[in-house]
Parts: sequence; C-alpha cells; structure tokens
Amino acid sequence: MKILVPVKRVIDYNVKVRVKADNTGVELANVKMSMNPFDEIAVEEALRIREAGNAEEVLVVSIGPAQAQETLRTALAMGADRAILVKTDEAVEPLAIAKILKAIVDEENPGLVLLGKQAIDNDCNQTGQMLAALLGWPQGTFASEVVLGDGSVNVTREIDGGLETVKLNLPAVVSADLRLNEPRYASLPNIMKAKRKPLDTKEPSDYGVDTARRVTTLKVEEPSKREAGVIVETVEELVTKLRDEAGVI
Amino acid sequence: MTSLVIADHDNVSLKDSTLNTVTAAAQLGDVDILIAGSGCAGAAEAAAKVAGVSKVLVADSADYAHPLAEVLAPLVVKLADGYDAILVAATTSGKNFMPRVAALLDMAQISDIISVESADTFKRPIYAGNAIATVQSSDAKKLITVRTTAFPVAAADGGSATIENVETIENPGISSFVSAELSKSERPELTSAKIIISGGRGMGSGENFALVEAVADKLGAAIGASRAAVDAGFVPNDYQVGQTGKIVAPELYIAVGISGAIQHLAGMKDSKVIVAINKDEEAPIFQVADYGLVADLFQALPELEKELS
Repeated sequence: MKILVPVKRVIDYNVKVRVKADNTGVELANVKMSMNPFDEIAVEEALRIREAGNAEEVLVVSIGPAQAQETLRTALAMGADRAILVKTDEAVEPLAIAKILKAIVDEENPGLVLLGKQAIDNDCNQTGQMLAALLGWPQGTFASEVVLGDGSVNVTREIDGGLETVKLNLPAVVSADLRLNEPRYASLPNIMKAKRKPLDTKEPSDYGVDTARRVTTLKVEEPSKREAGVIVETVEELVTKLRDEAGVI
Repeated sequence: MTSLVIADHDNVSLKDSTLNTVTAAAQLGDVDILIAGSGCAGAAEAAAKVAGVSKVLVADSADYAHPLAEVLAPLVVKLADGYDAILVAATTSGKNFMPRVAALLDMAQISDIISVESADTFKRPIYAGNAIATVQSSDAKKLITVRTTAFPVAAADGGSATIENVETIENPGISSFVSAELSKSERPELTSAKIIISGGRGMGSGENFALVEAVADKLGAAIGASRAAVDAGFVPNDYQVGQTGKIVAPELYIAVGISGAIQHLAGMKDSKVIVAINKDEEAPIFQVADYGLVADLFQALPELEKELS
C-alpha cells in the first residue's frame, strides 16, 4: 500500500503572530516558517505504518510557493520516499486543495491519505473531510490512534465528550490530532540523504483545477486585548472581590 | 433568506450549542432545524419550541444513532435545496461532517464564525485567535460552522415550529461505529458551564486534581485543564481548554497552576472574569487575569475551598 501525506508550509508555531499595519493580513516577511505541526504528526504516523510493514511507500505532497520545497525536504528527511510540489503563489482555499489532492490520488492510487486535522494559519479544519467527500471515501478525523486491519482501518477519534472509535473501509482519509504520536527529528545523515530523494514540481493547471477564491478576506485585525487586572494578596480577598466586585460567585 | 441549522442533540433534548447556532442563523433570516437521530422525537419537540424557528425537519433512523459523516453529509446535501445557508456548531461533530457537505455541494465552508456582518460577510479567528479575519463568500450557499461562545443562546421556549419527517437516505456502508469512551461526570459540560476551574502542569499529578474538584464542588463548576496537564496524563484529553481543545467563555474562569501559553489563552480569553493562581508572578496568565493571586496552589486551593464553604 502507498500512503499519501499532504503537508503545508505555515508560520512556525512558536512565532508571535503580528497583524500587518494595513490590515491586509499577518506579517510573513522574515518570519520563520515550518511544517504545520499536525501534518508532521501525519508524516510520522505514515512512516510508522511503513516501518511496521503495512505500507511500501510514503508520498508527500505540498501545494504552495517554491519555498514549500523545504517543507517537503523536511518530510523526506524524516523518512518519506518521494515528494510532489504543486507550485502556486496564491493562497489556495481548502476546497481547491482537496480537488488537486483528488487528482493526485487518482494518479497515484494510495490506500490511505493521512494529513493534519487543520493548518495553524487559517485554522479551517476542512481539507481532509473535503478530500474524502470528493473521493467518496470514509474519513477518520481528529485521530489519536490508527490501527490497520484487513481492508479496513480502526480510527480512535478525539471528540467533545471523550473518544470514539470508527471502522473505515480502505481506502480512507485520516486526519491527525495532537496525541496520535510524537514526530521524530530528522538526523543529519537523513537530511543529506533527503536532498537526493525525488521531488516532482507541478502546477494546479496540470491537474485542471481552478483555484479562484470563493471567499475573500476583506480585513485582518488584532483581537480585542484584555487588560491585566489586580493582584490580590490573600484567598480571602480574592473571594470577597469575586463576590462583591465581580458578582460571579 | 432561510437557513438550516443542523442540531446537536442527544435524541431527548437539544444541546446548548444548537441554541447558540440558532442565534447566529437568525441574524441571516428564517431558521429551520434538522434533527437527525435515532428515536429523536424528544429532541424534535424541544427544537419546535425554540424561539424563532419555523420548521423542524426530522430524520429518524438507526443509521443516525451515531452521527457518522459518511451518513449525515449526503442527508444534508439532499435537504440543501431551498436553503441559502447551512449552519452547525463548531463542535467535533460539526467540524467533522460540514466540510464533507460543502465539498459535495462544491461550495466553500466558512469555519468558526464569531460574528455575522451581513448575509455574505463574517468574522472568524485565524492563527489561534491571534488575528480576526473579516471574510466574504461569493458562493450561492453559505456553509458555516459557528463558534458557540460568540453567540448567546436562543430562548428555548416561545416558538411553535411545525415538525416534518424527511426521508432518510441509504447508508453508503463504508464506515461504522465501533465504540465510544465518554467521560462520565455529574459536573456541567465544559462548553456550557458558567464557572470553570482549570488545572495545569503545576498540579503535579492527576491525584492532585482532587484539590480542584473540591473547589469545583463548592462552585458547581466544570473542570478543565491545560494541554500540558493533559499531555502529562493528569486528566483525559476532553478536559483540554485551548486552541486544540475546547473554546470556552464562562462567567468565571479560574486558572490554577497554568502558565498561560498562547494556545491555552486562545481557548479561554473571552471568559467574563479570569482568575489566575500561580506561584510564578511572571507567568503570562497574569497579563489576562482580572484577579491574580501569587501563591502556592497546594495552600491556596484548600483555603479557597474553606472560604467558599
């Protein structure tokens, strides 16, 4: 079986996000960019499945600017076998991403698509579900455990009240939540080796997908700020203030 | 325009998140509700009483006992004709099936809206709430998930909607429910609680959460946790408040032994009153707290319990 793992290049999760002064977006110039953390977990899970002998190849795909190549090289250094970059300088919406991924799935015939549950830039949480819909495949979102069976996969999902396990016929789409695994670091020899692994470059038009936006961002603003309040000295003072001043207990 | 709200319910009654979503939908025009469930007449009757609801559609089938996206999405697609917008609360259930509906309809989805600016324009948080985007959709139907903490609940009484059964669709049979491990608790649900007390890494162990529980009992509060406390195995994952956990906005949020990482703040900063108890006076949580107490939580929590008695 082949596993397809789509990955996204996003602002590093440790970077303090700043809104641009002209309110057109957030500052991305000279800011550290990394692989979306949830996608890193998806790459790790795919590698573990291959290492357990349940898959032969891990193919990583990124849809983004030329620099997304670095993100793909990171995935290759972690251990992925092959990469495809679908190059575009536009911010492509989840639905168009899902359409490009569907075209790649049609060409590559993976038995499983593993991806992060959401990207930490636009926080949409849509791509995996949309891809599953377009393919007519089942979906296991917010996965905290993935157990492959014969022609099926059991996915334990993080849901509001706790955990839920579903059984999906393969092929399927699985989206990774935080607790699925802890991704490995790429070793230096593997980083060197990754430079020689195959990386194809394509464009959205190669897949016949129209990436015109349906949702336009009119404005990006800072959220309203909370002011720090007062420091109380004792528990007694705290309770008095909550009771008499704030009136919340 | 007319909107369809997909209800969050337990077959017997509606979850509060449905009432928040009705408020968001009402800002767009008329509201119908879909109850897809198994033996869900109780939830349908509750939905018919919600103020401002015109019609309740009921899809009652064993297939909807567990809301699998593969079964629910085609039903919503079939009902989508005649609706200008389809809304659901941004719970793990709504987040799971709504994008599937959107893709089947070839429409974009607008996730996690916090305000309705006009019929096609909405505000939503991006970058874990560190920025707020105003977005405009050009699609014929607006497919929306709603951040429930941003909208007040609609009145659960006063409406008299008609109830109409709709045909269910055939289960595509590509997925099935195996099991669920749901946390059992007598306490209020995190996302609808008026008071929440959360513990962080500073709690030191799962056993020490007994101190938090004792205070929660006095206040009738729900118990939450930071990601650090969940990752350390002190409490189950569904306690997690934050960007990747639950987004909450109670009247009172008490953060104990929580440093205040940006991911945690993203999940609770809209609370009305925030209290921080931490022995590290430099902890970032104090920058958002209305009342801060620099103290050892192992002394402060028992004292707090006593003060509240």
